[in-house]
Parts: sequence; structure tokens; C-alpha cells
Amino acid sequence: MSDGAVAGRFPMTRHSVLLAAGSTDPEVRRRAFETLVTAYWKPVYKYLRMKWSLLDEDAQDLTQAFFAVAFEKGYLERYDPARARFRTFLRTCLDGFAANQRKSAQRLKRGGGAQVLSLDFAGAEGEILHHEVADGLDLDEYFRREWVRHLFALAVEALRAECARSGKLGPFALFERYDLDRPDTGERLTYARLAEELGLSPTQVTNDLAWARREFRRHVLETLREISASEAEFQTEARALLGIEPR
Amino acid sequence: MKWLSDATVEHLRQAADWPDTGGTRYDAVESLAQGGMGTVYVANDRLLGRAVALKVLHGPDPGPEATARMLREARIIARLEHPGIVPVHDLGTLLDGRIFYAMKLVRGRRLDQHLREGLPLAERLRIFERICEAVAFAHAHGVIHRDLKPENVMVGAFGEVLVMDWGVARWRSEPEAPPADASPAAEPPGAPGGTAHGTILGTPGYMAPEQERGEVDRVDERADIFALGAILYFLLSGQAPRRAVGSVSDGSTWTRPGPGGPLPPVEPPRRLQKDTPRPLEAICLKALASAPADRYASVPDLARDVSSFLAGGPVKAFPEGPLLRVRRFYLKYRTPILLIVAYLLMRTVLLLFART
Repeated sequence: MSDGAVAGRFPMTRHSVLLAAGSTDPEVRRRAFETLVTAYWKPVYKYLRMKWSLLDEDAQDLTQAFFAVAFEKGYLERYDPARARFRTFLRTCLDGFAANQRKSAQRLKRGGGAQVLSLDFAGAEGEILHHEVADGLDLDEYFRREWVRHLFALAVEALRAECARSGKLGPFALFERYDLDRPDTGERLTYARLAEELGLSPTQVTNDLAWARREFRRHVLETLREISASEAEFQTEARALLGIEPR
Repeated sequence: MKWLSDATVEHLRQAADWPDTGGTRYDAVESLAQGGMGTVYVANDRLLGRAVALKVLHGPDPGPEATARMLREARIIARLEHPGIVPVHDLGTLLDGRIFYAMKLVRGRRLDQHLREGLPLAERLRIFERICEAVAFAHAHGVIHRDLKPENVMVGAFGEVLVMDWGVARWRSEPEAPPADASPAAEPPGAPGGTAHGTILGTPGYMAPEQERGEVDRVDERADIFALGAILYFLLSGQAPRRAVGSVSDGSTWTRPGPGGPLPPVEPPRRLQKDTPRPLEAICLKALASAPADRYASVPDLARDVSSFLAGGPVKAFPEGPLLRVRRFYLKYRTPILLIVAYLLMRTVLLLFART
């Protein structure tokens, strides 16, 4: 038997943000709110722009208002894991919220909506403008895809910050070159060539990339665990994201 | 924040699941195949300098049941040393806790892909004989495969035939508990059998009726004989067996039988492939009998009938009348019979000519 040690298993103790959202402790609730908004604001914003054809400023106000109202009115506490994934539930709530806003014609006053967090709407808008959505794309699937993209982007940023803190800029540069940039260029790049290019040994490249991927994966799973309603949902989502979808 | 393209997201998905083989002697090189339980990678064994196949459980946290199942699979294969069963070289644990095992890398094609070449009947039957040999060997060692199908048979570049994917295999009778210190992860109670009553494991179309009904206690070697019959059916007709009524077989239109209810009979292969020899059809249908007692009693019995057909001999599943026996005798010895008849005719003509 090989002598690989059991280490670095997945975080099993973090509380779901959905439990924390119902907490009586305002600080716990605030943190849960921030976590949820951080994980979902961008797909929510893009979805409102695409499905509800809102102008960018209206979509910004509605995004902020949606999260604020969802927390204030306890929408999230109505979630039943037996009926759907949390992501699906959230999107359904969002559709209901947007429909109500439109129906009652109570458009949120521009700039007067609940400005709860500083969110990079300009960046999100740039992504919409510069990356066209394929014609006929199902918007539910669009929401899921944007959510995955955002979750991965958050994990990449977390990894970047971790590397900067711990002085591991080399492994992050490798990760960026091999795993973030290369898929877009389609460049055929072997570990050996990369090692030669950067003046490293192939073993060093292998080890650094393995470390960076492991940490990237850990960040994805940590966020996912926080925003999953149950262990079963976490497992299913994690398999769909990082492994294969159980059939 | 950096925007990630669809290509980068897809690449990251794969990269994050890529096995971190640090601390082992292997470097994963490329993904070869994905199954329900794990992914098989081509890997480089640095110590021996050779390519191997590395089967790794799916992430992120496969849980004790999947871990025990994979461990059982590795141990079962390790005990079955046979040319028709891919050998296991090593078993270990990755840094993230997932177990893996290394096995011989088989370069070849799955049986269903191999058949697309349009092989002659005799060659297809010889492949079937090899499959039977491996399964018979496993049965002799108390192992039932439970998921035999063309996709789980590999035909190597040099014609070798290997039975793969023993992920749902079980011991016929429970062996002694595995030694406690031998496992990267402890097997749960009752793990050697590993399947609760009512659990359906296998592939629709190739599963015996008792297996489809989840009657785990009734699933024995004869379930594999049914699956072998289904493989023979596929070899003859190019399709998985179909029921005469209702639908089975392609996985998407499978209708599950009612509890304990009888299944309609399998549609004879000659309805799909008219030139299928009747004795082979009889062999196929006997192996595919709904009731286990009506099937062949053992894999060697089934293989013997196929071999006998190949050699032009009698087939037990196909009772012959005198005319059919004469016909088979004629077909088997056609050349010498024709030579003798020609010789006798010539002698007769010469005799008549000499008299006149």
C-alpha cells in the first residue's frame, strides 16, 4: 500500500448560513446575510438583467432590496430542503419578488433602495456587456451557470489572498498561468515546458499546482457548505460542481 | 475580481477533482473513463517506470459506503488472478482521504465498440468463451460479478479479453471479516456482501429478474448466467435483450417488474437477426430464463454448449430430432462426405462405362 496519509479532509463543522439567518443574535444574522449576499449577488443581478430585462440601475436596486427584504421578512426560513435545492428556491423567491415589484408598480426609488453592501455592479455589468449569452439559453440554466462562475471566482480570489498572506506567490502564479489563463488560449503546455519556462523542476511544478488546486477546492467547498441547507444538498452540489452528478 | 470563461470554469472543475497523488508513487496523466463510483486515470508509476490505470473514488467526500465498496472491489479483483481479469497492483489513500487502487493499464476497446467492426460469428463466440472462462473462475472463487454487460468487457490490442468493473461484485458466501489493520477505511458491518435487501445494483437489460426486483438473497451465480445470456444475445443481435411485452434494455425505458410478478419472456434473437442459428438462440434463451432454476446450472455448462456449437457438436439446450441430427452431421463433415459421394459416383460411372 502506498503511504499517503489521510489529511486535509473537508470542513465538516461550519454551520449553514441558512441556520444562522434565523438566529436571534443580530451579529450572527448579519454575518449570515453578508455570506449569502456575497455568494449570490452577482448571479441574482445578472438574472434580473437578463430575465426581467431591467435597466442596470433598477437591477442594482432590486438586487439590494431582494436580499434585504428576504432577511427582514424571513423568506429564507420558509425553505424546505425536501422540495428543492436552495439555489432553486432562491431563484423562485427572486422571480416572485421581481413580479410583485412590477405588478404593484412600486419601483424602488433610485438610490433610495436598501443599500446594504458595497457590490461591484459595474464589474458585473461589464461582464454582461462583454460576454454575450447564447441565443435560446434557458434562463434557469443561466442562473446556475453564473452562480458556479461566481462561486469559482470567489474561490480564486480567496486563494489569491491566501497566497499573498503566506508569501506563496509562486504557486499562485503557476495556478493562474496553467489553470486560469491557459484554457482560454488553448495553449498545449506540459508541466515540463512550464518548469523550463519558470526555471523550476517538473516536480516543483507538480507539487505547487497540486497544492493550489487543493486549496482552490477547499475554498469552493467551504463556501458551498456554508450556503447549503443540508449535508445532503452539500454533497449533491459538490458532486455536480467538482465531480460527476450522481444519476 | 477576475472573470472566468466557460472554458476556465470547466477546466477548474476537472482540475479540482484531479487526484492529488502527492505521497504516492503515481502521477495521474490523463482521465480515461468515469463511472458511477470513481474515475479511472492513466498514471505513471514513478518507481517502476510504467503506465498503470488508477481508479479513484469521486470527490469531494465519498462517504463510508462508497469507500467500503471500492475497497471490496479492489480486494475481490486482487484475489482473482486470472488472465481474463485485470490485475490490481496497489491500494492506497490520497491526501484528501479518497482511496484509490492501481491496476494494469489495458489498451483496447469495450466489447460493444469492438463489435462495430462487424466480426464473424465464430470470432464473436470465441470472445464469449473467454468471458465465460473469467466469470467461471470468479464463481469458483465465490465471487458473483452482478454487472456483466458488453461495456464491462474490454478487448485488448492483442485480442485479450478482460472482464472489468467489479464495483458491485459480492462474495457468494460471506468470508471472514477482513483484518482490521489492512484497510485505509474500515468496512461497515456486513460490508462483504455490501448490499441491503431491496437495493437494485446492475444494469437494466442485463440484470436477472430477481436482481431487478432487488431480491439480494436470491441473487447468485445464476444472475451472472442471465447476464452472460444477455451478452450472447447482444453478440448475436447487436442489442440488449428485449422483453416481448413492455420494454427493457436501453436504460431509458426500463419498466420495473411488480413485486414478485412474472416477467414477459425475452424476445427470441432470431426476430431481430433472422440468420441466427437456432441452437445459439436456444442457448441464449436458456441462459435468459426468468426462473433461475430454468437457466444453466453453471457457467461451464453454458460455455460447453457454445463450444460444442462452434465445433459442430450437439447443443444440450437444443434437442434434435433425427433429421436435424443428420443435417448437423452433414454440415460438420460436409467436405469428406462430398468427397466420398463424388468418389463413389465416379467409380459407378467408370464401372458402367467399362461394362458397355
